[in-house]
Amino acid sequence: MNGVDFLVDSLPVFWQGFRATLLLAFASYAGALILGAILAVLRISPAAPARAAGLAYVEWFRNVPLLVLMFVAILCLPKLGVRVSPFSSALLVLVMYTAAQVCEALRAGINSIARGQAEAGRALGLTFGQNLRHVVLPQAARTVVPPLGSIFIALVKNTAVASLIGVVEITFQFGELARDAPSQIMPLLIAIAVCYLIITIPAGYAVARFERRAAVAR
Amino acid sequence: MTGDTMPSDAVPSDAMTEVEPPRIAPPRAIGARRARSGETAVLYDAIGPRGRRRVRVATAGCLVLLAGLVVFVAYRLDRYGHLQRARWSYVLSPEILRYLGQGMLNNVKASVIAGGLTLVIGLALALGRLSRTAALRLPAVAWIEFFRGFPLVLLILFPYLLFPVYLHPIEPMWYVVIGLTLYNSAVMAEIYRTGILSLDRGQREAAYAVGLRRGQAMRLVILPQAIRRMVPLLLTQLVILFKDSTLGVAVTYPEALRRGETMGSFEPRVVFQAIIVTAVMFFLAGFILSRLVRLLERVSAKG
Repeated sequence: MNGVDFLVDSLPVFWQGFRATLLLAFASYAGALILGAILAVLRISPAAPARAAGLAYVEWFRNVPLLVLMFVAILCLPKLGVRVSPFSSALLVLVMYTAAQVCEALRAGINSIARGQAEAGRALGLTFGQNLRHVVLPQAARTVVPPLGSIFIALVKNTAVASLIGVVEITFQFGELARDAPSQIMPLLIAIAVCYLIITIPAGYAVARFERRAAVAR
Repeated sequence: MTGDTMPSDAVPSDAMTEVEPPRIAPPRAIGARRARSGETAVLYDAIGPRGRRRVRVATAGCLVLLAGLVVFVAYRLDRYGHLQRARWSYVLSPEILRYLGQGMLNNVKASVIAGGLTLVIGLALALGRLSRTAALRLPAVAWIEFFRGFPLVLLILFPYLLFPVYLHPIEPMWYVVIGLTLYNSAVMAEIYRTGILSLDRGQREAAYAVGLRRGQAMRLVILPQAIRRMVPLLLTQLVILFKDSTLGVAVTYPEALRRGETMGSFEPRVVFQAIIVTAVMFFLAGFILSRLVRLLERVSAKG
């Protein structure tokens, strides 16, 4: 059987895995953006315990390898009486892991705003919230978007780690197909490369576009 | 306190040796508070009495929430018997720790080999990408863009599935090394390239002006500066590489995570403890390494 026929035959298998990868990537990105924003607020809040909790969270999730976190979720949660499927534990871990990075990106973005901006806002009598909403965040958004874009691209690649805890996504399907038909490994590799690039290239393009549009002379 | 009304004899004694007159202190009343919570505190003023009360309430609220979380987790752990001393002392016994530690050494071994290779190959790729010769530039660009776009798991699985079929099986460690090297050499190449491009073009022009050829200028003038500038990023990437060596699980490499898991399956009652201990080991390793990188960064920034 030649490579093209083989790929056409295994299209349903690929498609099933690709859908899972897409779902995992987008759902965990959405979750990570929300959780990351909450964490960033904790990390800049005036209440010391909130800052400490935010810091502890970020340090833990940035220093423990992703696969180790996934093993913790899939092996330890059931021991605490929490039943989780591989997919939902992978989703949970990807959200929590990525949120730590989102938090740091947001914080760096806020810190990148010239002090004078926030001080001017304060001098005009804006409250903390008003200052954030009208002065700091609109400017921070510009510096934050490129790192958030690369976090998304890294996240898409990180979803592949979920295959190692038995989530049936595209890398998992690649492994299965390659074991069944080792002679087709090259066409398989190209096909799977295309699958990932379909997601990451438009993402990179969108970020570059946004950067160009948001680039304002300061 | 403002310095401008201060009579000169009231200047503290340690400032007496200064030749310049004591500088007028800027209004630092806010600054003192600001320093506590780092640079983000620019968002709020020195907090007044009402604000302080609110912060106190928020602090108390957070403490209650955190304490509640700890109690809940502890209750859960206790209910399923995970706080039993025997379970923890089994996992923390010297033999088991040595078993896990040797796994960690395997992580280190694969990471050191792959790290050394990526530093060298990455530099070669960066130079290739910046070369004027298309025959060097195009393959370098292709390599970098291709391997950067892949999930690392796949790059480790790929030789693992390929070698036994087309060549012959090799030790699992080498699959990990191959995967880590393919991926990270592409990443490192981009770090080197950024460093080279970030140098002021005057450096290159000056090198040409004193009669150095292209290669000489690169080797003697540009690279030493570019690499020094990029050391923190290169080291950070090496720490990431070390953490990624856990993906060796995919190819049965006996690294620490796999050993933690194996231990759990031998003794099902300590699965929980085995995985937690492994995770803490990785946390400590990652935390210490990243702190060292940051320390080095600070020291080199001063020097």
